[in-house]
Amino acid sequence: MALKYSYYPGCTLKNKAKSLDITARKCASALGFELEEIENWQCCGGVYPLGSDEIATKLSSVRALDYAKSKSQKLVTLCSACHHVIKRVNDDMKNVPDTRMRANNYLKLDTPYCGETQVLHYLEVLRDEIGFDNIAKAVKNPLKGVKIGAYYGCMLLRPSKIMEFDNPENPQIMEDFIKALGAQSVIFPYRNECCGGHVALKSPESAQKLSGKVTRSAEGFGADMLITACPLCLYNLNKNSQSDIPVYYFTELLAKALGIDSEE
Amino acid sequence: MSNREEKVLQISGVNPRKCMKCGKCSASCPSYDEMDIKPHQFVSYVLNGRTKALAESKSVEKCLACFACVERCPRNVEPAKIIDAARQLNVRQRYGDTLSANDIPSLIDEDTPQQLLVSAFRKYKR
Repeated sequence: MALKYSYYPGCTLKNKAKSLDITARKCASALGFELEEIENWQCCGGVYPLGSDEIATKLSSVRALDYAKSKSQKLVTLCSACHHVIKRVNDDMKNVPDTRMRANNYLKLDTPYCGETQVLHYLEVLRDEIGFDNIAKAVKNPLKGVKIGAYYGCMLLRPSKIMEFDNPENPQIMEDFIKALGAQSVIFPYRNECCGGHVALKSPESAQKLSGKVTRSAEGFGADMLITACPLCLYNLNKNSQSDIPVYYFTELLAKALGIDSEE
Repeated sequence: MSNREEKVLQISGVNPRKCMKCGKCSASCPSYDEMDIKPHQFVSYVLNGRTKALAESKSVEKCLACFACVERCPRNVEPAKIIDAARQLNVRQRYGDTLSANDIPSLIDEDTPQQLLVSAFRKYKR
């Protein structure tokens, strides 16, 4: 029986980041798992609400989490921002009594939601549920000789106590992923530094400075291309870094290595 | 402590007295150069009753929410939460928004991801 997950695509994957969504679904079926889209999911808001008194801004995440709970499935995300928000809201529902009580008072679910759902990023599914060794076995077109820099950015890694994704200062999950595809990983110092994020809208000059540091660092260490899981990182690296280094979603390279046609 | 300081502390959920002034937050901050009040100073602005200055500082809109300061703080003070609470003091006021839907057409291009717009609206608008 195929592994089935509740899948939260998020708004960008339905529009500007369609290729991230499409390639991820296709690769999932090739690797023997299925992403069942959560019905009527709502936008996560893009940034985690830091105010300890915020409730309304967390409800869309709680609804998605409760949906996955009702299907006894783990919730899988792809976009770094969605993952960050939903994982942190889930932690609040589990560990912050005030948020849990007020969110549940508002939602009036049949059974209160208390953080039961496990939230996994697609990369974590590949690492922990499928296994990179099995992915390596499924690769049909190894990306031999390609030097790939893994750009993590911020949202997947920090705060590590809550995200529990990887070592925040020296992560390796994406490097292991790159190796599983038969390519060569390039470790560069700015791989976990910020691309500029939402500041790009009103202060593109700040985003240019920050994303430029990332691409220069990657190029300096010999990367031919970068991979990311985040549509906003991809945008900043493409538009604001003033570099021509190609940037791909990690699932686009996975599809290529698995020999999957990534057209819609 | 004035109402305003209490409000910042309440929204942030941070205890500024835990700070031991090691400066790792400022050393880690990618926006350090662009901030007028630096991350290691946030706590003293709250403790000294100068939250109005904090809320009016450039730092409010320069924080990237990258969480480098939160990750590296050895005392779990979470400076990002303080500056975000100061930001919220602004946007929760009437006319406190700094982004309007009317501004959007001139700020976007054909590749602007939806994620950028929703994040910016969360940060700049109530």
